[in-house]
Amino acid sequence: MNGKPLVSIITAGMSKFGKHEGLLAREIFADAAGEAFSRCANLDPKNDIKAMFIGHMGEAYEHQGHTGSTMADWVGLTGIPATRTEAACASSGAALRAGIYAVLSGLADVVLVGGVEKMTHRSTAEVTEYLAMASDYPFEQWHGITFPGLFALMATAHMNAYGTTQEQIGLAAVKNHYHGSLNPKAHMQKEITLQTVMASRYVAWPLKLYDCSLITDGASCIILTKPELAKKYTDQAVHIVGSGQASDTIGLYERKSLTSLNAAKLASKTAYYMAKTTPKDIDLAEVHDCFTIAELMAYEDLGFCKVGEAGELIESGETRLGGRIPVNTSGGLKAKGHPVGATGTAQAYEIYLQLTGQAGKRQVKDAAVGLTHNIGGSGATAVVNIYRREQ
Amino acid sequence: MSTNEPFTIEQFYKFLSQQKLMAGKCQKCGKIHLPPRPLCDNCYSQQFEWVNVSGKGKLVTYTVIHVAPQQFQSLIPYSVGIVELVSGLKIPGMIQCTTQEQLKVGMELTLDFGSCSAPHQWPQWPRYCFKP
Repeated sequence: MNGKPLVSIITAGMSKFGKHEGLLAREIFADAAGEAFSRCANLDPKNDIKAMFIGHMGEAYEHQGHTGSTMADWVGLTGIPATRTEAACASSGAALRAGIYAVLSGLADVVLVGGVEKMTHRSTAEVTEYLAMASDYPFEQWHGITFPGLFALMATAHMNAYGTTQEQIGLAAVKNHYHGSLNPKAHMQKEITLQTVMASRYVAWPLKLYDCSLITDGASCIILTKPELAKKYTDQAVHIVGSGQASDTIGLYERKSLTSLNAAKLASKTAYYMAKTTPKDIDLAEVHDCFTIAELMAYEDLGFCKVGEAGELIESGETRLGGRIPVNTSGGLKAKGHPVGATGTAQAYEIYLQLTGQAGKRQVKDAAVGLTHNIGGSGATAVVNIYRREQ
Repeated sequence: MSTNEPFTIEQFYKFLSQQKLMAGKCQKCGKIHLPPRPLCDNCYSQQFEWVNVSGKGKLVTYTVIHVAPQQFQSLIPYSVGIVELVSGLKIPGMIQCTTQEQLKVGMELTLDFGSCSAPHQWPQWPRYCFKP
């Protein structure tokens, strides 16, 4: 592959993901930004950063909207343009895209993009209701269809079309909990067995508690610049060489396919094309496993296996650390956690660590090319990026 | 059918409360929209007519909800699915009078119009459902 860098990541930060009792979103975000600033000695945040974009899904959690300027304020960057982006669980994927637009337009040479969500102080019923707001109101929410419910509808369709089993789907949880056990910033750092998954209670049949990602507090950010300026800040830049974003109908029921996400297929097609690369060139990927079935669908939508064969791919172990293409080495949304607004740039943070050799116990050997796949809602938004380490 | 009614989701539910399942048909390209839309997503026409749609169809996919927001908690566990009507249009909704074991992809279901719940704030939409 030899796609030209679009933008370069010069540094990145992420808060611990988990339960942050007594902290507000702004305080968690300051932790992530603080890490990014301290990783890059040559960066002078106040003089160098010219714009920021912050993914944040729900103002209901903290009764706090206007998140762009709030975060600029709390990281000592008031004065610069700061804008919130919202695309459900792809909110910071959208922030990253906005950052790419800003850098490529020439309007801002150095841009901070990130995301944040504080969720755990709310009850499960409240979180279920807030998350459902990312789905169609008059026909889905109104008729009692929850977010797990939407992915359960896709799981049933996948099982019916391809013979995928609940056990195969559950293996994504087992794998991602194993990876999470190696990530000191993951919400859950405990391995589980398939039996634990299968014995857990149903949330939306056929999806069980352990098929669902976690309700988590967390924040993440990355700092982008033009490729020609990257050297000024670091000799370990990670370049984004392909980037795609796509949309689909807000209602799942209006889609032609219920076993794949067309937005993810479109976004990945664009990203692969820009990066001049193919699925075979990808060394590792962070995919949007909001529910285990979503990881299996991602394998197919991203071309890691043939359509209908995701169950066999997860069974083969090839997507586990040490396999052909490790997926969700961070633990994914399933074990690392899913503070919805923070997830897109948290995926980029993991790829940044991996491609700069800083991933510790979960380091993928010789990782050179990574991919992130961030989904909003039931697939009405998808953002796919391809990253390459400094050569 | 008169075409004076606006091609809105509000009007779709008004028809439902009158026991009518109605869709908006684009007068330019012929695409049928369920729910109706004010702008054809195919040809961008703004001219529509109402057409009656059969409430009979087949179950495309389903789930049984066990964790629900506050307002649906008294109903759990409840089944929801996506139904492909004989016209080929798809619509989601709750499925009543079934247990999980009875649910099968491909099973025949019919829309039950339901009734508008106790008057409260917006929205005043009936909750239709599907029955075998």
